[in-house]
Amino acid sequence: MSMSDDNPYDFLADEHSDDHRWAYGTGFTDPLAGVDTSVPDGVDAYGLASYCVSLGDDALIYSHRLQEWVTRLPELEEETAVANIALDLLGQARMLLGRAGAVLGRSEDQLAFFRSESQFHNVRLVERHDDDFAELVGRLLVFATWRLALFERLTSFSDPVLAAIATKGVAELTYHRDYAAQWVVRLGDGTELSHQRMQAALDAVWAFVDELFRAHPGELVTIARGEVDVVLDTVLATAGLDRPDVPPLALIGGRAGRDGVHTEALGYVLAEMQSVARAHPDATW
Amino acid sequence: MNASWPLYEVFLRGKRGLNHVHVGSLHAADAEMALRHARDLYTRRNEGVSIWVVRAADVTASSPDEKDPFFAPSADKIYRHPTFYDIPDDVPHM
Repeated sequence: MSMSDDNPYDFLADEHSDDHRWAYGTGFTDPLAGVDTSVPDGVDAYGLASYCVSLGDDALIYSHRLQEWVTRLPELEEETAVANIALDLLGQARMLLGRAGAVLGRSEDQLAFFRSESQFHNVRLVERHDDDFAELVGRLLVFATWRLALFERLTSFSDPVLAAIATKGVAELTYHRDYAAQWVVRLGDGTELSHQRMQAALDAVWAFVDELFRAHPGELVTIARGEVDVVLDTVLATAGLDRPDVPPLALIGGRAGRDGVHTEALGYVLAEMQSVARAHPDATW
Repeated sequence: MNASWPLYEVFLRGKRGLNHVHVGSLHAADAEMALRHARDLYTRRNEGVSIWVVRAADVTASSPDEKDPFFAPSADKIYRHPTFYDIPDDVPHM
């Protein structure tokens, strides 16, 4: 397999129709195998790496929370859908941590499994535990809508590798948003009970929304909240649900997830996610 | 819940395929959900470019009991097969 040096998108977005990437393992151990990871002139390499870690952490931790649903969902069909979404996000995490690792001189596994809580930079929305299916789809709607807007902006970013990762992610996130929106409308516009529980789920999730739009020096691109709100409002209106009016989750000393300050929930995720890798350091699989 | 979700049959047209082929079935609350479930269950390995779903209850099937009256009469009519004609090389899909 070959690629031109100036267009990693062709490589990442290649349909792989004939070489069956997954079946035969091409690029399996290195998500950016064959990609030129040199940082272009004029891009701050450390800033880029830190930002990729943040975006990678969002996907990695949320993927883990979605994986927890597998074997617990009421229908086999939904289970496959949620597992697919978790796998998409895990793929994004691998590429983003791989991109950061190429700059920092660390592997994706070192970044995923050998950092402690305060070294993770994910937003606090992704680390929480879903109490029910309504929270799963409510949180996914918020997350996918926000991340899709962000990735659409990143497709024209000055680092071609990050731009290519974002371009690949846009199609995935569009589907995640669609899946979540379908369910939010179905439950919101369903029975009296499903409506109540969907509204309660949104109320629980909404405290985490403010943080997504918080100005932070590490954010290399910003999106206007209105851009995301217009999508969310459309879905909520279709579902007959109210946009929650709840106070945002408090900052701790002016800091939040992007600064490495997390809720208690992240510790549980890391304990489970990292235990095998930490018990067998340098193991390969 | 399974009992209340009807069965849908899924038909997929692959990248190189000319027509939709039956690939399996699934449960869904309605056709829109069935399409999405079909995407998640049957196109995970990049198999398809088009999906049809139809409620299994809407499929009218021939009965196994009527197998002979339905199919046996055609077994001995070899003149119905196009084996007595020369097919030009440039006729596709025969």
